[in-house]
Amino acid sequence: MHKNAFARGAAFVLALTISVGLAACGDNQPVPQHNSQGQVETESGHIVGEFAGSGASSQQSANEAWIAGFQYRHTGARISYDPAGSGAGVTAFLNGSVIWAGTDEPLSDDQVEQSKSVCAGSSAFELPVYVTPIALAYNLPQAGLNKPNRHLNMDPVTIAQIFQGQITRWNDRRLAELNPDVELPDLAITVIHRSDKSGTTKSLLKYMEASAGPAWPYQPGQNWPNDIGQGAKGTAGLVMTLTQAEGTFGYADVAQTNGLGTVAVRVGSSYVPATEQTAAAMLEHKVTFKPQGANSLRKVLDVDYATNKAGTYPILLISYDVVCKAYRNDANGKKADFAKSWLTYLESDSGQQQSASNAGSVPLSSNIRQGFAHSVREIGVA
Amino acid sequence: MKNMASSQPVNNCKSNQVSSFTEADATQSGHLADRIFKILAWTAGIVIFVALAAVTLFLILRALPAFTGSPADRASALDALSGGRVTSFLAYVGPLLFGTVIIAGLSLLVAFPISVGIALFITHYAPRKLSTLLSSVIDLLAAIPSVVYGLWGALIVVPAITGFWAWVAHYLGWIPLFSGPVAAPARSVATVALVLAVMIVPIITSVARDICAQAPRLQQEAALALGATKWETIRLAVLPFAKSGLISASMLGLGRALGETMAVLMILSPGFSYSLHLLRASTSQTIAANIASQFPEANAMGVASLIATGLVLFLITFLVNFIARRITGKGSSK
Repeated sequence: MHKNAFARGAAFVLALTISVGLAACGDNQPVPQHNSQGQVETESGHIVGEFAGSGASSQQSANEAWIAGFQYRHTGARISYDPAGSGAGVTAFLNGSVIWAGTDEPLSDDQVEQSKSVCAGSSAFELPVYVTPIALAYNLPQAGLNKPNRHLNMDPVTIAQIFQGQITRWNDRRLAELNPDVELPDLAITVIHRSDKSGTTKSLLKYMEASAGPAWPYQPGQNWPNDIGQGAKGTAGLVMTLTQAEGTFGYADVAQTNGLGTVAVRVGSSYVPATEQTAAAMLEHKVTFKPQGANSLRKVLDVDYATNKAGTYPILLISYDVVCKAYRNDANGKKADFAKSWLTYLESDSGQQQSASNAGSVPLSSNIRQGFAHSVREIGVA
Repeated sequence: MKNMASSQPVNNCKSNQVSSFTEADATQSGHLADRIFKILAWTAGIVIFVALAAVTLFLILRALPAFTGSPADRASALDALSGGRVTSFLAYVGPLLFGTVIIAGLSLLVAFPISVGIALFITHYAPRKLSTLLSSVIDLLAAIPSVVYGLWGALIVVPAITGFWAWVAHYLGWIPLFSGPVAAPARSVATVALVLAVMIVPIITSVARDICAQAPRLQQEAALALGATKWETIRLAVLPFAKSGLISASMLGLGRALGETMAVLMILSPGFSYSLHLLRASTSQTIAANIASQFPEANAMGVASLIATGLVLFLITFLVNFIARRITGKGSSK
């Protein structure tokens, strides 16, 4: 367990100290491929030049993978992504200093209005590019519950009670009733939540609000609403804190919870663990586009967090890319050209595969990809 | 006075050396060098004012929307920053200021006696070899960046000290300061204050050492000759002399503790209250760490509110220094 804590620590160091540096490290040299004639062939796309994006840190590892994949296709392109945070990214986009912004939060009406100063002819729009399930994770190694195939069962009301300090011990009767075949330890529950503003927190809180009903009195926001338990900075810091003591309980992207136990949440009458399959099922059946104006290219997803459908895992984080249909100060339409190729690549099978295998994201459903492609087609079209 | 007296002969010496040049040459080149150096010194002096003015101006201009913007915008920005707890700026900055002061104050409380002890040990007790070694170790510690202290605190101190705090709470829990439940892992105000104390000890020590070493020999020998013990000598002839210097040394340390960001960010589980329960989790947060954790996801009005809290920190640091100056001014005039 100690060793694990140190490994987490090392991850924490990496995340904190070189997070900005890493984004610039997408310079992976393309691997030359031999075609049927035995000649070396480098697929050289038409995009040439330097292009910068900025925004949500949740998308960081996905963007690193995408940048590597994109630069492999377009050998003349040099792309960077600064994981400065959703707010900072959108601000940079609205200043015109980056071509696209990554954000966990759809644009506000104000921001759409402001974007007319950087976009030519129309306002900016956002497309969903990155979806990942958020797991409720716990550290109970002594009780043998940290195994990948063992999940504690919880329903939304129980989770709300834990997060509000009403259930304070692991062997509480209310938890034991949901887990009749598990011997729960006599240990205090230490809730660990994010201390920084975070889209992960907001997604979880939206789920709590939609599913727990009156048991959850707080409005969803990017900051944790109460002082129960402890706060930790960033996903890496939160996961490190989880591993530092026995009996901790928190939330993080599934891909980051290796070595910890995760909760199967009650959906309808069954308990669903956070896996790629259950999240994909959720995306397929319970996530739809929010209705927009007739000519709007915006594609904002509406998640039915209160789902009852068996096998769908409801707690999803959705992250968007913000771009323009056409850019101001854009000689030869180079920026729009890049935005179009970039998003086309993200939406493609290989782009989706790239982020799924490198960042643990859930591939977008065919329905979402259709709407996505519809908006991308309009980029650069006068 | 001493310095002036000793610099006189050096000047004479120089003018003797240049006497082979004509008088006019010597004065001209001397004047030129003098003028250049004077300009350089003046520029250096003014740069610090310009920097201070630039920082102040930046803080005020960027913080302005947090006071003049539309009330609805301001309230919603603060609501988002505080997780729906408060909507007014004073209610937002109050607990943060409290946390900043309590953490920095505690760390100074721990660090000051230790630092003075080390300084006196180096100057008055340790054998020469040991004191040289100690001095260089202290200077080395002062150069360690705070992110390293933060890592050490988060990875080593926090898991190791949890049991000790539980013990403290068990036996001293009747004192409200130490009442439980103890945070597990111990990411509490008490742990942060200890790590910050370790961080500022070398800073205070290295200044305090230089001051204690300058205490007048004659007075110390006179005290010893009158039959004073070593402790009495230190109390009579060293501490009164060093008093104002020790205070400015501790202000230097306090300044670093007040503005410390990285170590606090990595160790503390932040909270939002006026609680004095040092061992509990999520009671307080400092202004600097709060800015660092909230800035990336903040919108324009949120950033203005955060910069306004930075302005408050700036003013507090100013105030602390001002008070320290007043105290040292009184101390030395006695």
